[in-house]
Amino acid sequence: MTATESDSSVMDLARFYLGDIPHIRELGMELVEVGCGDAIMRLPYRSDLVGDPDTGVLHGGAVSVLIDSVCGLAVLSAMRNPGPIATLDLRIDYLKPARVGEPLHAQADCFRLTHQIAFVRSTAFHQNPAEPVAAAQATFVIKGEGGGLAADRRRS
Amino acid sequence: MNLVALAARCRAEHDYNPLCDAIPYVRFLGISVSEEAGEFISQLAFRPRNIGNPALPALHGGVVGAFLETTAILELVWAQETLMIPKIINITIDYLRPAGPVTTYARGTITKRGRRIANVTVEAWQGDRSRPVAIAHCHFLLELTP
Repeated sequence: MTATESDSSVMDLARFYLGDIPHIRELGMELVEVGCGDAIMRLPYRSDLVGDPDTGVLHGGAVSVLIDSVCGLAVLSAMRNPGPIATLDLRIDYLKPARVGEPLHAQADCFRLTHQIAFVRSTAFHQNPAEPVAAAQATFVIKGEGGGLAADRRRS
Repeated sequence: MNLVALAARCRAEHDYNPLCDAIPYVRFLGISVSEEAGEFISQLAFRPRNIGNPALPALHGGVVGAFLETTAILELVWAQETLMIPKIINITIDYLRPAGPVTTYARGTITKRGRRIANVTVEAWQGDRSRPVAIAHCHFLLELTP
């Protein structure tokens, strides 16, 4: 289910998220889709995000920025009444180098939301989600109304 | 000049900032390094574009992660544990406090260095070193021959 079908407020949230957070705007990240508890974002390839100038491969840190960002959006979109969130921890496995010159996508799924903590899984890939470049898991501390709503909203 | 040659020159001259400047994303974030009393400390200058939470304000969690990862890489290069730029296998970041709009510092420690794998822990702080804002541990693949 995409936000346009289900809930225009999720779309407003995503627009704020991508437009008003300086570092997300600065990196030129784009929204691909957002649902209720899941999201996909895209990071265009840029030469100033390279970590190895000999090969042109993106810096792992740029991948972590994309993953942290899409995880945060998935958490916010899962909340009935979104409030401030903060990353508690983030673990990323770098499965293979990102390809030079190609945009990178990351999808995130908030698979459990309590009143205080959100649990998220994420993968980064170029075109095919079945060929991930990186896999991640994160938890967020949330303030606002959470409470396992992502699953409830999907069922309704 | 490739990074390996540049790293060798940085070691000889005890100035690693040319290496930071040569890595585009490290330059983009505003990371520099200093060597004081045998300790290798990296610094992330505050830049408004690195903000991830405009309300607090606080740095983007991904930026803090990138800073910790970069510090670990530079520590390995500084400690002469690798001739290549080490390849990251994974990183686990714990966010302990919001990183405010001031300079952030970090120090990496090589916990274990095997033949092919290195384990590095990194701690980042702002005004008070006893109150870290984030810690990370990461694994790297070392390639000892270019």
